[in-house]
Amino acid sequence: MSEAPESVIEFRNVSCRAANAHLLLSDLTLSVRRGETLVLLGRSGSGKTTTLKLINRLLEPSAGTIQIDGISTLEWDAIRLRRRIGYVIQDAGLFPHFTVERNVGLVPQMEKWAPEKIHARVCEMLELVGLPPAQFLSRFPRELSGGQRQRVGVARALAGDPPVLLMDEPFGALDPLTRAEIQREFQGLQQRLNKTIVFVTHDMREALLLGTRIALLEAGKLVGVYTPAEFLKASDPLAAAYVAAFRAGDGNVNL
Amino acid sequence: MDTLNFFVKNHGQILQLTLEHLWLVGSAMLLAIGAGLPVGVLLTRRRALSQPVLGVANVLQTIPSLALFGFLLPAPWLGERADRLAITALTLYALLPVIRNTYTGILGVDPGVREAARGMGMTDRQVLLQVELPLAMGVILAGVRVATVTTVGVATIAAAIGAGGLGEFIFRGVAMVDNRVILAGAIPAALLALLMDQLIGLLERKLTYAQ
Repeated sequence: MSEAPESVIEFRNVSCRAANAHLLLSDLTLSVRRGETLVLLGRSGSGKTTTLKLINRLLEPSAGTIQIDGISTLEWDAIRLRRRIGYVIQDAGLFPHFTVERNVGLVPQMEKWAPEKIHARVCEMLELVGLPPAQFLSRFPRELSGGQRQRVGVARALAGDPPVLLMDEPFGALDPLTRAEIQREFQGLQQRLNKTIVFVTHDMREALLLGTRIALLEAGKLVGVYTPAEFLKASDPLAAAYVAAFRAGDGNVNL
Repeated sequence: MDTLNFFVKNHGQILQLTLEHLWLVGSAMLLAIGAGLPVGVLLTRRRALSQPVLGVANVLQTIPSLALFGFLLPAPWLGERADRLAITALTLYALLPVIRNTYTGILGVDPGVREAARGMGMTDRQVLLQVELPLAMGVILAGVRVATVTTVGVATIAAAIGAGGLGEFIFRGVAMVDNRVILAGAIPAALLALLMDQLIGLLERKLTYAQ
């Protein structure tokens, strides 16, 4: 209805301290708009994973508020909140003792869907990520390649049809070829699914490829939020350093 | 030949004492698992408690078994029946491996898997029952196995306080300086230990997801 894109996730002056009082994130204000893919870019320790975990309340803020659909995460029932938010982590975090079918069907099963409906949904999700169900349903995670595991991880996160998807370096552990392949497929998925996605990476190329906007973090602080085009021209020294490193690495290709 | 004859002649009593032995070991193990498993789980939730609790369980194990039976003898309810007392002492011995293996087994679960479980909206109970315990089952059962085999051995000492079991033959044989009688207790006890070891090993392979 309104002209301005509606924000789904809203950080207001959020700080987060670790148990040892170390400040992981300080005074973050940021909003994620419906349907966009916001990439959190930064090096290790910059606070990007902390930011992600604050959204599904695996961490709680020490100051400020995070609102999901206008309601503070602390007012949400944590279990309900998490089931509305898909979560994909590096190495997929698949349950090694569950088959692919049980892994993917986990959220629907916890939400007490009828068994036939769960089965149909699992098959649909596996098709979506390019894994033929007949071949994969009864396999265990150890019987899959890294790329296949990560696909199952994405299928599992999508199975409950959550409006929001959190992805923590989901493709970070893959070899470059598989990564490029799965990134391309994921781009296709983004367009078809219309989810709000928050995506953590330290890979500049991935950020430019998949992000609607890129939030650059450094030492627990937000440096700036840019579209990919803006990022390449950004005047901020840190952003410029990322771009320079990226171009240097890719210089002999086509930039 | 002589020993074999003795076995054949006394097979009734051997069987009876074996059953008594099984009763002592079985009850002690059920109690030790019933108490040790929840305590082990609790320690993973309250890590600060793990040092003192494991320490106490450790000390319990270092008490010589005959001494422990003796210590418990004057206890009010326990001292009334010898098997009651023996089962209590055996339970205390079996606790440590069960608690420790439950604790380390659960802590050994891949943190990524646990985090994915929580992140997907599993309740604490679901994380424990569907993820942590199944994945730790191999380690937990290994602890149960060690505890059971040890308990079969220690239970022979229970005869010293009149709790019965295969120790009866062993003590009698020692007193009579008759190896046949000692063997009538020792051989079934050893076979019982081997059998338990195999059975729990089988269970371990059944319940542990293949690596």
